[in-house]
Amino acid sequence: MRYLPLSGTDRSAMLARIGVPSIDDLFADIPKRLRVKGLDLPRAAGEMSVERTLGRLAAKNVPASTVPFFVGAGAYKHHVPASVDHLIQRSEFLTSYTPYQPEITQGTLQVLFEFQTQVANLTGMEVANASMYDGSTATAEAVLMAHRVTKRKKAVLAGGLHPHYRAVVETTSAMAGDSVVALAPDPAGTEDILAAIDGETSCVVVQSPSFYGHLIDLAPIAEKAHANGALLVAVFTEVMSLGLIEPPGAQGADIVVGEGQSIGNPLTFGGPYVGLFATRQKFVRQMPGRLCGETVDAEGRRGFVLTLSTREQHIRRDKATSNICTNSGLCALAFTIHMTLLGEKGLGRLARINHANAVELAEMLVEAPGVTLLNDSFFNEFTLRLPKDAAGVVEALAARGILAGVPVSRLEPGRPDLGNLLVVASTEVNTVEDRTAFAAALQEVLA
Amino acid sequence: MTMNTQGRPTAPGEAAVTATDTFTGNRALQIEEALLFEIGRYDVTGVDLDEPETFTPRLGKLARKTPIDLPGLSEPEAVRHYVRLSQKNYSIDSGLYPLGSCTMKHNPRLNEKMARLPGFADVHPLQPLSTVAGAVDLMAELGRWLLEMTGMTSVALSPKAGAHGELCGMMAIKAAIEAKGEPRNIVLVPESAHGTNPATAALIGFKVVTVPARADGTVDPEAVKALLSPQVAAIMLTNPNTCGLFERDVVEIAAAVHEAGAYFYCDGANFNAIVGKAKVGELGVDAMHINLHKTFSTPHGGGGPGAGPVVFSERLAAFAPLPFVRVTADGPVLVENEVALEGGETPFGRMVAFHGQMGMFVRALSYMLSHGGDGLRQASEDAVLNANYVRVGLRDLMSQPSGDRTCMHEVLFDDHFLDGTGITTLDFAKAMIDEGYHPMTMYFPLVVHGAMLIEPTESESKASLDLFVATLRDLVLKAKAGDTARFLEAPRFAPRRRLDETRAARQPKLKWEKPEPWSEAAE
Amino acid sequence: MTTYFTKDHEWIRIDGDVATVGITDYAQSQLGDVVYVELPEIGKALAKGDEAAVVESVKAASEVFAPVSGTVEAVNVALTDEPGKINESPEAEGWFVKLKLTASDELAELLDEEAYKAFVETL
Repeated sequence: MRYLPLSGTDRSAMLARIGVPSIDDLFADIPKRLRVKGLDLPRAAGEMSVERTLGRLAAKNVPASTVPFFVGAGAYKHHVPASVDHLIQRSEFLTSYTPYQPEITQGTLQVLFEFQTQVANLTGMEVANASMYDGSTATAEAVLMAHRVTKRKKAVLAGGLHPHYRAVVETTSAMAGDSVVALAPDPAGTEDILAAIDGETSCVVVQSPSFYGHLIDLAPIAEKAHANGALLVAVFTEVMSLGLIEPPGAQGADIVVGEGQSIGNPLTFGGPYVGLFATRQKFVRQMPGRLCGETVDAEGRRGFVLTLSTREQHIRRDKATSNICTNSGLCALAFTIHMTLLGEKGLGRLARINHANAVELAEMLVEAPGVTLLNDSFFNEFTLRLPKDAAGVVEALAARGILAGVPVSRLEPGRPDLGNLLVVASTEVNTVEDRTAFAAALQEVLA
Repeated sequence: MTMNTQGRPTAPGEAAVTATDTFTGNRALQIEEALLFEIGRYDVTGVDLDEPETFTPRLGKLARKTPIDLPGLSEPEAVRHYVRLSQKNYSIDSGLYPLGSCTMKHNPRLNEKMARLPGFADVHPLQPLSTVAGAVDLMAELGRWLLEMTGMTSVALSPKAGAHGELCGMMAIKAAIEAKGEPRNIVLVPESAHGTNPATAALIGFKVVTVPARADGTVDPEAVKALLSPQVAAIMLTNPNTCGLFERDVVEIAAAVHEAGAYFYCDGANFNAIVGKAKVGELGVDAMHINLHKTFSTPHGGGGPGAGPVVFSERLAAFAPLPFVRVTADGPVLVENEVALEGGETPFGRMVAFHGQMGMFVRALSYMLSHGGDGLRQASEDAVLNANYVRVGLRDLMSQPSGDRTCMHEVLFDDHFLDGTGITTLDFAKAMIDEGYHPMTMYFPLVVHGAMLIEPTESESKASLDLFVATLRDLVLKAKAGDTARFLEAPRFAPRRRLDETRAARQPKLKWEKPEPWSEAAE
Repeated sequence: MTTYFTKDHEWIRIDGDVATVGITDYAQSQLGDVVYVELPEIGKALAKGDEAAVVESVKAASEVFAPVSGTVEAVNVALTDEPGKINESPEAEGWFVKLKLTASDELAELLDEEAYKAFVETL
């Protein structure tokens, strides 16, 4: 087996050195009757064979790059520069563990420090952690953190929160014995969330751009939340939007969480992605996840270490702020490299291209009979009301080779009132030909 | 106060300083690298894009007014910056990485290639299901392998890491208890457990009661029985445990736990020792997470991403969270929401957006297919063989808290062999760095004084282990001979000497700030 | 003024009906460099054995328990900015809280300095 260096001779010599006659003697603590004779699995396979097997599975899927592609709703198709994937595959990044020995992991640590700074600056917040699993789990952690800060147990979720994010928060809260007030889905972007905030609210969780694409003015929500002693948790699923819209930090958010996949990371059918988590300096000790901090070494040279780890599970155990251990280090690295390549100048331009493409697409699609746009404002994603069931339209368009967006019913099943809604995203990867093809096909399907 | 004796020195102390005398501060291949924020410029970008044609924005009043403060680098600068940073890292590709409980094994590059096939890397989680049949097939196939290896009934693939898998398993247990309407709120956790275990149980409202360990670090079934009651919801046990030992009495413990109406959660962090040797389902386990980034070699990536699928026994199978893959006669079906449920499916909720760590699923399945059932078993045998080979090579010089006995895939030493030398486990570990090794896991498990937990994995050759053992033997002899400075000053040859963790924690500096003169100049 | 000790390595200095509480020199030496302290709110009523404060070093977090019952009358806010005082001067400047005693009969259960020293010798 190509991955196992020991030869038969080695094994015999080692067993002799250990002083046991056979390998089974090393497994003597496993009760005999429970020892497995063999597994009902195929035998070892060479590289070519594995490539064939997995290649066949991969070939049954339709890659986003091969079709006009407008699917978003929490994960976005963007172009990632070639150097990003090259650099994250450097052995020293790819095959290193969590930087528990800082003297020989300064590479990972300095990257995390750069990542934390980029995320803090992008969100307009004072501190960011070294990443979470993804946007949805970061949101659930933000709610738990708000409970710790406010010593209250009731979270209010806006109707524009991604339905999966809502489900993750609801699951965690139900299990932890906390309460959640989830407002009804808000495709029109018109709900009155202020009315839902009261003196028992720990936090109000608002996504902007919302699941339906609306840009939400967070400032009045922050004001009402703060007046009631609650926190504003601002959520985003499209981090690229922060290149063009006012950051949550400037609008009064106390915790900002979101999905960072769009920068540096491929779609990969939903994961691994990278959760971003930022907050105010005064809450740093209530924050979940790893933090990297600057210090000096014995020669007085600048260096970085994981710090404030007494918040974490390996020290606080049942009193930890979270049970999180693993972060999303390699995805955070990809994020940081891509963001470094973009810089402020590149990010702004990329965000404008996304917005321009989406604006143009929306204008084209509403030309189709019976189609209305539900958004006054949006970034690179918006919601259409179709004259018939959106899931069927999406299937019909897929049959024509166009992946048109996400029918809301896929995430909000059992809600006939939402059945005709389609969430459509357009990014820099779409060409004018893609948009024209989509608009023409939609005309046909709806005709 | 609670006494915690893990308070080893966290500031560099009085080590002699050997300043670099080069102009640059560089030391040949070790090149000092400034922060991105010190070398980047605001008008530089490494991505060529055309400004869009004039259009009417739809941003309402929320267009960005404040600058972001994100300097950029051109591509050559960015490549050099991150290559230089990478060179400051130790990695499994460059050397033995014996971190106990972390299973730092070789990461085959075939797996990276497979994960990057456009059919996996470039598919969206919410594409029409008709366009992702291969992805669902792959999830089903991965599930089949995991269930066969563990002898369990169902699998939840979506958890994103080991601790997340633990949370998933304990949520299923909580849901099962609530479905029966029982008032169980206590979870038993051995004192040798990973910190994630009590943290997970506490997170969802369980009260943690610690089970004392026997002198050899294993769990005494009588101690468990004494704590069992109608209030006990579950026991969380790591097997093989964190001392590197297989819990001999696991079947008796499981039976007692089940007898008391409670569930058995197994922390699968150490699964690498028993793949193809024992099936946890037959040991009485009700739920176990599997760290794909440990046992099945998806790369650790400097701390993640991981993946933590959870396998369930028949008693918990129905509670597996959404989404899951239902295997039918017509092929696998991805069940994403409540509306799609069939009879007997009662998921406790949802752990993540979308369907889990697909990129890790591909890598893990690629690893499994490469090994086959026979190779997976051989890998476990070699991992255990290697650990015992290291144990036997060091046992006369280093001290084993559990006595001289066979271990599983990792071997545990304590610091008694350093008594009287003035050298701590930390100093010993840092001296290993100078010898070109990543240190073992230290000060864990907590039940052992100055613990050193060594897990060589099956990826090491005999020659590699021989040199490692010879190196550690030499260090022990030097420690005992009074060559103290070698240890107290270590590491001397790493990119950095010991770092001042006290300073980092007392005055946290968690992001780059513009130096004062900079901001004055800007105004 | 009389000073008492506990086997949990707290010291208690009695001045009238006010008890000043801190951790012993032995405790700080075991903890290592203290980097953060979490102090209780003034006015909080603590029963003997309740968590009165949390003290963190880089690698460890430990709870400080109320050695006697009392109401929190003052906390050493200087520790927030200079937690190093606990290492430098654990039994004077590094005090944690002042408690107004509510059950002074509990003092009888505490150790005197000699007994505490003897106890530490056994560790």
